[in-house]
Amino acid sequence: MIVGKIVGTVVATRKDPRLVSSKLLVVRPMDPRGKAEGNYLVAIDTVDAGVGETVLVVSGSSARMAAGLKDCPVDAAVVGIIDTVDLIE
Amino acid sequence: MHIARVIGDVVVTRKDENLHGIKLLLVQPLTPQNEPSGKPLVAVDSVGAGVGETVFFVRGKEASFPFYPAVPPVDAGIVGIVDHWDLG
Repeated sequence: MIVGKIVGTVVATRKDPRLVSSKLLVVRPMDPRGKAEGNYLVAIDTVDAGVGETVLVVSGSSARMAAGLKDCPVDAAVVGIIDTVDLIE
Repeated sequence: MHIARVIGDVVVTRKDENLHGIKLLLVQPLTPQNEPSGKPLVAVDSVGAGVGETVFFVRGKEASFPFYPAVPPVDAGIVGIVDHWDLG
């Protein structure tokens, strides 16, 4: 899984029927120290996350195992809202 | 599978119901020279690993297999703690 920050939402009217009523979020991956890095991605929200929150994003076929996404055509899902990240250094 | 060092832990209160009770750790993949290789990522723990230990982890849907019959939405999971490793 990766740590990311929610930076926006996506509105899509015409989409796969299995994505109807799913919330789409734009996520910017972050390094554990909070610095943004890499490309933006679109992930399905399963935990009522909102813009500005730091979240846990699962990618690949595992995203379909998140609540309510069985057999949905998705490859990234927000599965947790991160409280803290503790690093040893 | 990949060898990595556990460099931190992640606290998540609001999460997918299938993630409850599962420990989340931050792991940094390593090169054979024990140098960091690539970006750190979050992995679930099923073997009792702790911060500072060298571990190996599996990527993809297989990361959920240690929790069978539960199927948590995870794509990286620690499946062993490395005692030592040698390159021949």
